[in-house]
Amino acid sequence: MSPSADHPILDPTLAPSFPVGALPVLRNPQLRKNVAHAIDVIQAKRDRLVTEKKDWQALRTAGSDLRAHTLENLGAYLQQFESRCTANGGIVHWAADATEARALILDLLRQENASEVIKIKTMTSAEIQLNPYLEAGGVSVFETDLAEIILQLGEQEPSHIVVPALHINRSQVREIFARRMGLKDLSDDPHALTAAARTYLRRKFLDIPTAISGANFLIAETGAVSVVESEGNGRMCLTLPRTMITVAGIEKVLPRFQDLEVMLQVLARSATGERMNPYTSLWTGVTPGDGPQRFHVILLDNGRSSILGKSTERQTLKCIRCAACMNGCPVYRQTGGHAYGSVYPGPIGAILTPQLMQMHHAQSLPYASSLCGACYEVCPVKINIPEVLLELRHQVVDQERHHFSRFFDPMFLGLRIANVLFSRAWLFHTAQRLGRIGARLFTRKDGWIHSLPSVGAKWTQTRDLRGLPSQTFHEWWAARPKEAK
Amino acid sequence: MRASIFITCYNDTLYPETGRAVVRLLERLGVTLDFNPRQTCCGQMHANTGFRGEAFSQAKRLVRLYQDTETVVVPSSSCVAMIRDQYPGLFEELGNEQLRSDFKALLPRIYELSEFLVDKLGVEDVGAYFPHRVTYHASCHGLRALHLGDRPYQLLAKVRGLDLAPLPNIDRCCGFGGTFSVKNGEVSSAMLAVKLQDVVATGAEFCTALDNSCLMHLGGAMHRQYAGMKTIHLAEILACTEASHAEEFA
Repeated sequence: MSPSADHPILDPTLAPSFPVGALPVLRNPQLRKNVAHAIDVIQAKRDRLVTEKKDWQALRTAGSDLRAHTLENLGAYLQQFESRCTANGGIVHWAADATEARALILDLLRQENASEVIKIKTMTSAEIQLNPYLEAGGVSVFETDLAEIILQLGEQEPSHIVVPALHINRSQVREIFARRMGLKDLSDDPHALTAAARTYLRRKFLDIPTAISGANFLIAETGAVSVVESEGNGRMCLTLPRTMITVAGIEKVLPRFQDLEVMLQVLARSATGERMNPYTSLWTGVTPGDGPQRFHVILLDNGRSSILGKSTERQTLKCIRCAACMNGCPVYRQTGGHAYGSVYPGPIGAILTPQLMQMHHAQSLPYASSLCGACYEVCPVKINIPEVLLELRHQVVDQERHHFSRFFDPMFLGLRIANVLFSRAWLFHTAQRLGRIGARLFTRKDGWIHSLPSVGAKWTQTRDLRGLPSQTFHEWWAARPKEAK
Repeated sequence: MRASIFITCYNDTLYPETGRAVVRLLERLGVTLDFNPRQTCCGQMHANTGFRGEAFSQAKRLVRLYQDTETVVVPSSSCVAMIRDQYPGLFEELGNEQLRSDFKALLPRIYELSEFLVDKLGVEDVGAYFPHRVTYHASCHGLRALHLGDRPYQLLAKVRGLDLAPLPNIDRCCGFGGTFSVKNGEVSSAMLAVKLQDVVATGAEFCTALDNSCLMHLGGAMHRQYAGMKTIHLAEILACTEASHAEEFA
């Protein structure tokens, strides 16, 4: 499977709009089957583990309150984290945007004379497109998370934030490994595939002394950083190398160590459908003789502080990247992640990506939802994603409504006209009568409309529409015998 | 009891039979009905597409039209969800104190149809007769915004002759989503295809719901595909009696 031919580039400034980006996926039966199968498996596990937890709603409330409180006091907690981390031997850097963060990381790697670096799975590094930047800067990057290895060797982009290669099945993994690792006779047996990955990885762990990670949580109280993972490959990166560079969004902080009690419970159950994730790593600065001896943390803003200042949108930053919203989303289930044109797909991506882009790009994403509310229902920190989607739609309309090009846009024009009609009953009733006459042009003998022009064609491409009835309800009511009323 | 019916813009225009069924059903249960012919739309389409100012003016209009009524019954779960979930925010941002307090007084008197029957009238057996195999589609807004829960099933269980077929993946959206169905027409169609497989597999003759918008979506595909099924609003099933069944479904 070739990388860029099948998938749009995952850069919201270049990606096609969501409806266009979705088309190749909708036409790809293998991809749709892979995505639906993977999601159904995760969802079933998640539902089982949430149902068994009798205090699940109380846990959600606790998680939500905790994240909201942290965001209310983010500045103070970040400063506390910086001072505790520094006191423990870590070095804290601040990056305003992706450009600053990437330059900082490359600079740190050059100070280490590093020509190679191993990585723990991190969405934040994907957000700032770190890998291609480092490669261009002469540093070879090696992913160590199994799914990320598959993507890196297969030259593909992530389609999910927890299970980034969920769109690929094991026979496709076999093909990638066989080709890139030179293993002609590799079978698609999961044991054989993981054994091949283990052999590939072992050399990297032993040879490369510099590592990059993201962070699930930063603990303000102690200055600790936490990463949770399933495979233990992250643990290898956290123990063998001499130098660790962590890049984390500024919203990742938690006030106290004991707050992990709530967050780790809701995260594992929501993300992978496990009571506890297999590997939870916590490290605090530098410990002589144990683990990396040089430790840098880069605190990345990249648009987050502008989101923080807006009352409805702020809740976006409560996200702990569990992906329950995409697993529960009926849209994502059909399109997978690549249609979103962003490293953050699904419902959370539909609100986070345009905001990280300061609403200059990715404006089709707030509309990439039927507003069914499944995302809000499963969110372990109660982000009201539909509410934020509506706020962003409002901003898109406000930006575009005065553009000349939008004046004759059928959707804008239609909604403007509809608003006038809805404001006066006699206008609405006149429009109903005219519509009834107009609809006759399109109504077939069976009483149904099979084909409409313009925007209507988007409906009739797969659905018929019953012709307009000869009498509206209000006409029927008016014609009722008086004594019946 | 007296109640005013808000029939909604698309029921008035596209599905008047649902409105007529609501009238037949509620009058049979002894409710005296009012209908204000000046009613148009709740503003949901504009609100959900991002036209907040327009949605506000329609919302305000609705409050003014109904503020003096005793009880309002609405045969559309998504329109009631619009009123409950979105009006408060719209009025907070764009309305004045008077409007907010008028709305606050009106809100508890607005009922979705199944809420009105089960909660307000306290009836489950409405004396209906509908000898068909039927599956119930739980519209997202009824399910998650209004928490209608068992109400529709309680009502359906008491319909004589009705054979209720459980619908798998009941909590999965049909892909309508208002303007989503045209703005993202292909994705919407893909969601619909998956939903329709579940609906057809029930072997039911009719798919019912408390929202004609989902039913327009499902019914449009059923008709296109000669699926051998029809959609019907729950009000029409509940309004049906032995006498009317012979007339309408013979």
